[in-house]
Amino acid sequence: MATASGQMIDAREVVRQRLMGRRFELGGALFEGLLLAAVLVAFAILALLLGTVIVSGGPVIAERGVDFLTAPLASNPDTAGVGQGIFASVVLTVFVIIVAIPIGIGAAIYLEEYARDTTFTRLINTTVRNLAGVPAIVYGLLGVAFFVTIAEPLGNNGRNIYAGGLTLGVLVLPIVIITSAEALRAVPWTIREAAFGVGATRWEVVRSHVLPYAAPGIFTGTILTLARAFGETAPLLVVGAVAGSFRYTADNLFDQLSGPYSALPTIIFTWAKRPEVGFRANTAAAIIVLLVALLTVNAVAIYLRNRFERRW
Amino acid sequence: MAATPGALTPAPTLDDLRGAGPRRRRELIVRLVFMAAASVSILISLLIILSLIGRAGAFLFQVDLGSLLERGWFPRRDLYGLPTIVAGTLVVAGIGMLVATPLGLGAAIYLSEYATPRVRRSLKPILEVLAGIPSVVLGYFAITVISPNVVQVVCTDATIFSMASAGIAVGILITPLVASVAEDALYAVPRSLREASYGLGARKRTTSLRIVFPAAVSGIVAALILGVSRAVGETMIVAIAAGSTGGALFEVNPCAGGQTMTAAMTALAIGSEQVRGSGLAFPSLFFVGLLLFAMTLALNLVADAYVRRVRKQI
Repeated sequence: MATASGQMIDAREVVRQRLMGRRFELGGALFEGLLLAAVLVAFAILALLLGTVIVSGGPVIAERGVDFLTAPLASNPDTAGVGQGIFASVVLTVFVIIVAIPIGIGAAIYLEEYARDTTFTRLINTTVRNLAGVPAIVYGLLGVAFFVTIAEPLGNNGRNIYAGGLTLGVLVLPIVIITSAEALRAVPWTIREAAFGVGATRWEVVRSHVLPYAAPGIFTGTILTLARAFGETAPLLVVGAVAGSFRYTADNLFDQLSGPYSALPTIIFTWAKRPEVGFRANTAAAIIVLLVALLTVNAVAIYLRNRFERRW
Repeated sequence: MAATPGALTPAPTLDDLRGAGPRRRRELIVRLVFMAAASVSILISLLIILSLIGRAGAFLFQVDLGSLLERGWFPRRDLYGLPTIVAGTLVVAGIGMLVATPLGLGAAIYLSEYATPRVRRSLKPILEVLAGIPSVVLGYFAITVISPNVVQVVCTDATIFSMASAGIAVGILITPLVASVAEDALYAVPRSLREASYGLGARKRTTSLRIVFPAAVSGIVAALILGVSRAVGETMIVAIAAGSTGGALFEVNPCAGGQTMTAAMTALAIGSEQVRGSGLAFPSLFFVGLLLFAMTLALNLVADAYVRRVRKQI
């Protein structure tokens, strides 16, 4: 009797300990460790990438400073710079802003605010999603087939910055549409209903109620899209950005625009393929310039999102 | 006409409610402008398909069709062996997926199931930064860091240009994409499923792997397919690091250099001045482009179907 009661107390104690005790479980800890390792490896790679680039490119920037940022392309690594690339990349970004942003935001407004669920609307939605997944180099082929032909009268057999800008604009258009549509969708319906309720037309609702609330989201998405266009390389090579060095023969802006060009990422590609040690360092330095531009743009976008984002 | 006191004002008719003429016209114009903007995407799709099919067709008419199945890709000698560039593409994409699947899914499960909200908020932006690194930069990373430190250690006779180093860099490029799509799918699994599992006494690891993972499997498959699609279409890494410029022999050994579809296209595009003489080189660019377009479109459509299945379930 006494022994049986003792056993019962033991059993109860064992169960209590099983339920309350924080036992260390090796398998679970290993699993969590592996998962954390996956995240850390990704960050280690990012750190290694930035470190490598800074170590080999930093000295070039430190030594030559402004000269590296403004000097033209050259076959001597000590005098070659990325001036032409920065100029072309900025001009290309302006083209992307002109081509993709008005059309992209307009399309997003149509899809989110105007379109009813018709076959036509669904066709457009499917098309936009699929266009976003088309490899960048295929847009280059579209550029060669159409935009280079259109831009031919402007100079350099159509292999000019106009054709490049149109190609990049079309490339980012689906992404602008998708991000803008998401921002519009986040505005609650009650805002629209309130405006309709006081007799506003659809355009008045969109212009004075939906767009102001969606603007920070649209703006952030658009800036990130521009960053994407800024680093895009393959389509530019296909539509004729120079993969070598060249000189501006003309002094005025218009003639420079219609002549040969090479953007910052295409310069990185060209230099990365060159065997000379000097160009190795120059490539890293050009990558620093590109990444500083991209990270600044990203930081601005994230700051704007955090500053103006509204939770409903 | 002032209403006389006592008289009833007439009930508003439909015309009164419709609003003034100019206002209605403005509405119509605005609507049409937005509709036109939306239609641009259809126009672009048509132009892409037209430009690809037209010239790819011209290529098929002129080329000796039997030679398309031969081994070796040498546009200057009019040898267009598709198995060579398709094999190169598959090798690079395969290595990329070997890298991106464990890293991407591991990061996704960690962020969705294990990380505290605070850790999650600070880790996700870093993943976004990694996603924003241009591929040309990763190409440079492949030849300066991955080749000497990883590939040449394993394959002692490899040069700095190899399909393995290109593949690893492609894997790094698509890891954030796989992680973010998979994480969305895992995060969308209802809490009640996890709680039911814990209620039955399951451990966290069992819950993650046996309950949450299977519930999110459609989204995870979609993430992997999108990853393959991106890997197949990735251009700059392979153009810099995979090792072939003009032509290439048939090669499936990852330690050796090889030619992928996208790298072949870049080489054709840059070298178009030199190979213009052969006549077929330029149209062949569009033929390879059409093949690439068809492959990625098929993959994207399948991934899209899986994503839609997730939405329907939840």
